[in-house]
Parts: sequence; structure tokens; C-alpha cells
Amino acid sequence: MIDPQMFQLVCFYAFAAVTVVAALGVITLRNTVHAVLSLVLTFFSTACIWLLAEAEFLAIALIVVYVGAVMVLFLFVVMMLDINQERLREGFIKFLPVGIIVALVMLGEMLALIGVRAMHEAVMGANPATVAGMSNTEWLGHALYTQFLLPFEIAALILTVGVVAAVVLTLRHRTGVRHQQASQQVRVQPASRIRVVKMAAEVPAAPQPEAGKETTP
Amino acid sequence: MPNLNDILILLPELYLVAAACLLLLLDAFMKAEQRPLLHWLSIAVLLVAIYLVVGGQPSQPVTAFGGMFVRDGVSEVLKVFALLCTALVFVYAKPYLTDRKLFVGEYYTLSIFAVIGIMLLVSAGNLLTVYLGLEQLTLSSYALVALNRDSRLSSEAAIKYFVLGALASGMLLYGMSMVYGATGTLDLARLHLAAGHTGMPHLLVFGLIFMIVGIAFKLGAAPFHMWIPDVYQGSPTAVTIFIGSAPKLAAFGMAYRLLESGLGDLSQHWQLMLACLAVLSLAIGNIVAIVQTNLKRLLAYSTISHMGYLLLGLVNAGPEGYAAALFYAISYALMGTAAFGIILALARAGFECEEIDDLKGLNQRSPWAAFLMMLVMFSLAGVPPLFGFFAKLLVLQAAIHAGFLWLAIVGAVFAIIGLYYYLRVVKVMYFDKPVEGTEIRLQGDASVRLVLSLNVLALLVLGFAWGPLFGWCQRVFVG
Repeated sequence: MIDPQMFQLVCFYAFAAVTVVAALGVITLRNTVHAVLSLVLTFFSTACIWLLAEAEFLAIALIVVYVGAVMVLFLFVVMMLDINQERLREGFIKFLPVGIIVALVMLGEMLALIGVRAMHEAVMGANPATVAGMSNTEWLGHALYTQFLLPFEIAALILTVGVVAAVVLTLRHRTGVRHQQASQQVRVQPASRIRVVKMAAEVPAAPQPEAGKETTP
Repeated sequence: MPNLNDILILLPELYLVAAACLLLLLDAFMKAEQRPLLHWLSIAVLLVAIYLVVGGQPSQPVTAFGGMFVRDGVSEVLKVFALLCTALVFVYAKPYLTDRKLFVGEYYTLSIFAVIGIMLLVSAGNLLTVYLGLEQLTLSSYALVALNRDSRLSSEAAIKYFVLGALASGMLLYGMSMVYGATGTLDLARLHLAAGHTGMPHLLVFGLIFMIVGIAFKLGAAPFHMWIPDVYQGSPTAVTIFIGSAPKLAAFGMAYRLLESGLGDLSQHWQLMLACLAVLSLAIGNIVAIVQTNLKRLLAYSTISHMGYLLLGLVNAGPEGYAAALFYAISYALMGTAAFGIILALARAGFECEEIDDLKGLNQRSPWAAFLMMLVMFSLAGVPPLFGFFAKLLVLQAAIHAGFLWLAIVGAVFAIIGLYYYLRVVKVMYFDKPVEGTEIRLQGDASVRLVLSLNVLALLVLGFAWGPLFGWCQRVFVG
């Protein structure tokens, strides 16, 4: 029988080692796709460490937001950079081994986590959420909006700065570019689009087609 | 639980956030020809903020949001001068920005967001607020540096600044996490109590080292100074002047909060580290500045050496040293604003006035500009009876009183070495012949020239009457 505490410690060091190695991979691998995959592994291992510390909500948020959304977007961008169908198809085979390695390491980490959980629940240190009788997510929400309200609001302010900076650095007003003007489209009056023309209901039969009377003005 | 009282303590910051958001909206809906209005509004916003900071100052230090935010005398002094410097920056920057078609509302809003970061940073009572205030300041600064996106030099400077800044933030966070691990608290006041009797003193010192690296990065002290020359040279001068003034006050505030409020009990550990940083900064700043031909780069190396002097005050680790360092930070912020303000005023579209040779014969073309520049250079060099001299004297005195006589001697020797390159600028202005076919004179309307002259003359006046200002700096550390 393995000592549960020992096993948890071993798991922690294993996750930490994977995180560090994967992070090194992000900055040293020459192939950008490999680097992004390595980054996925970094995030995943960090999430595993957080799960060990019983921060379930943060761990899941990291996986869902970063691994699930941001990293996939990253991969899209990196793969789209060189749009060459032939090479993309080649790429699938080329990137497969790295992808499989990353997936296998992730699987191992998940199994280890399940092991930690199954062995002993009391191994984990005093958790403020359990003490307060709340779930992890509930406790986090409480802490964020009471004790850590000010840092939370400052973080929101930092995001505002990010938005302003992104706009000022990328928005370009080009001249001579044709584009829609929504305000003018909305304000348009029927009179400027169609013209109602009055004409006789019946046109008298013209004896000669060349001398036909023009009715439209 | 936060209540109304917490919000009242935070009033100046909240007001500035609201004002910045309003300016942002106003800018979006404004016609191009109405935009100068934004300039005056931004200056008015900053002046009102100064009023709110001074007017609502409580007699005793108070905390808000459970110790996250501290409003005391130190934060008051730093905020007043940070806001004042930013208002001066706005005044000097407008002609420059208009000439180069960089006059956009975001310059003002991003600068105000950066000032909010400074105010939060110098009032931080928790490691979290220190970090977030710092990020608020630096993120706005990165965007400002890249403002002139068609310039390759500017983009390069922004990328360098961003990467090194991110590295510094990482170091700082790593140090903070170690300190948290050793003491179990993020609150600076509780950290101060816990630091004395932690079970893991080595972990604490390990964390302290990384925190000092982070602080040195932000101060621009050698050997973590690599970003300063490139960023100063690469950014538009209107941004350089901002980066070179108010954030220096913030860096002092951050060092004070982390080292004294948080880890004051470990002063015997960090005193020597700061002394080493000071010696390196003095040496690199003053010696490398000698070979510079670019004026902005010269001032960048001069900043590094000035941060060395600021560290001399911090090395004292007592009220006297902090007062001297705070006084030094204020004097440097005012001198830096004046120096870059003159460069801004001499520059015009197509002529940056960046090279020292551009100043050749300035005295014959514009005697007043040459006189102002001479005063600033003498003040930066520490020639009596200017402001900079007394600031230097006080930090050297603080270092001697702390038992660092050798450090004070090093400081004095490098002050004399530094005199050379400041005097070279004066020599070029007064004794060299002007280059034929060039024209150089003070640009901008009368108000800009008036404010600039007042700013420079203040250096002379404060040189004679530095007592009240230093008294204020001393008082905030005694109580």
C-alpha cells in the first residue's frame, strides 16, 4: 500500500516537472505548432496542480478558457499563417506524434489525480471553503466580492486599458476605402430610392413603332 | 465588508477612473476640430484630482477594503507630485503631438489610466494591489510607447519594454509567492509582523531577492537597466517625458511599500543588495552617458545614475533615508519633466532635436531656451544652489548616517564624473557655432513657454527654499 500523503507529494512534483519542461518547450521548440501544443500541456499541468490544492473552480476555468478556447484559437492562427493545403495535410501526420505525447501525458496526470482523490480525502490541508461549509466555487465568489473586491475591480480596469490599447494600436482610418455607412443607410428616405411615375393605364396602339410616344420622363 | 467609508477613502482614484472613462467617450464622439478641448479638460481633471487628494487627506493613516488600500502621508506626497508632473507633461506634449499628427484622445486617457496605476501602487497595502497597480501603470505605458506605430524605432522600443517588463513582473510575482509561502499572508502590515518570526527565513530572503529584482527593473537600476535607453530613445518624446517623470515616483512608492511596509524587519538583508544596485547604477549610468551623442539616450543613462542616488537614500532604511529618497524622487521627476519639456519645445515637425549637436549655438538663436536648458543641466548634475544639489546632498548624508561612508564617497565621485556630460551639453549650447541653414527656437504658444519657464525657475527657487518641501517629506515618515 502506498502512503497517500507520499503519493500526493510525488504527484505534485511530477506535475510541476511536466509544467516546467513543457514551459521550456514553449520557448525552445522551433516549430510553432509544437510550441503551442507544449503550451497546452503547461496549462493542463498547472490546472492539475491547482486540483491538488483543491482549487477546482480555477482549475476547470483554466482548462475551459485557456486550453479549450484560447489555445485552440492560437492553433488555428498558427496553422492558418502559412495557408498551403498540401503542407497542412502533411502537417497532420507530422504533428501527430507530438499531439499524442501531449495527450498521453495529460491522461497520466488525470489518472494520478483520480488516484489522489480516491486514496484519501483528508490528506489535503485545511481548505477555507470546507471550513465555511461552501463549495469551492461559492467560496471563491464570496471572497472575490468581499475580501478581494478592490483587486477584482482593478483587474477590470486593467482589462479596460487593454481594450483601449488594442484599439489605439490597430484601428486605422484609411482614406479612399469604400465601405458601408450604416447611419446613412438607416436614414434613407423612400423618395431617394424609388421614384413613382404616373403614366396612362393604357398606351394607345402605335401605328408606327419608330414614332412611339415615350411616356416615362 | 466594504462600506461607504471605504469608497470615500478611495475617492480621488474613483474620480479619476470615472473622468478617464468620460474623456474616452467624449473623444469618441468629438469632431476633430473640437479635440483641443480634450487637452484642457484632461489638465483640469488632473488638477481637480490634486485637490481631492490634498483636500480629503485624513490626519491619521487610514486603510480601506480590509487593508488593501492605505491612505497616508507618503501616498499623499507621491500622488500630488505624480498628478502635477502628468499635468505638466500634458502641457508640454500638445504642440509636439499636433505637429506629428499624434494628437489623439487616447494619449490623454492612457496617461490618466497610468496615473491611476501610480496612485493605486503608492497606496497599496497588500501584495496583490502592489502587483495590480504596477500592471495598470506598465500596460498603459507599453501602449503609449507604441503610440507612433508607423515608426519602427517606436515599435521596437515597445516590444523591448513589453518583454522585459513582463519578465520583471514575473520575477516580482515569483518573489511575492515565496514570501507568501514563508509568512502565509499577502497583507503588508501583517507581513511586517510575520516576517520577524517565520519558520522559513531562507525562503523569505529568497523571495525578497526576487522582489528586489522586480523593483530594480521598474526603477531602471543597473544591472536591470537595459530597457531604459532604448525605450527613452525609441518612444515619441511626448511619451518619453511621461515615462521619465511620474513613474519614477511610483517606483519609489513601490520600493517603500514592499521593503519598509512589508519587509522592514529584513533591512539588514536588503540594505547591502540595494547598495550594490546603487554602485552599479552610478557607474553604468555616469560612465556610459559620456559617450552618448543622442540627447534622449544621454538623459536615459542619466536616469539610471539618478536611480542610483535614490537607492542611496533607501539604503539608510530609516525615516531620514526615506525622506531623502522621496525628496530625491520628487526632484528628479520635476527635473526630468523640465529637461524633456525643453526638448519638446525645441522640436518641430521633421526636426526632433534629439542629437546633442542639434543644440549647437542655441545661445545665439534663442538665449532664453539655452538659459533654461543650462539651469536644468546644472540641476541634474547637482551644482549648487539648484534643487538637484540639495537632493543629492541629502541622500549622501542619509547614506553616511546609516554607516555606508564608502557608498557616499562612491556617490560623490560619480557625481563629479557625471558633471562632465551635463557640462558638455552646456558647452555645445554656449560655445559652439550654430550650424548654417538650420533653425532652432522655442515652439509652442505663450502658455507652454510660460509653464516651461516656471517649471525650470522652480528648480532655482526650490534650490534656495527646499526647507518646506523637505519638511513635508520628513513629516510623512515620522508619524
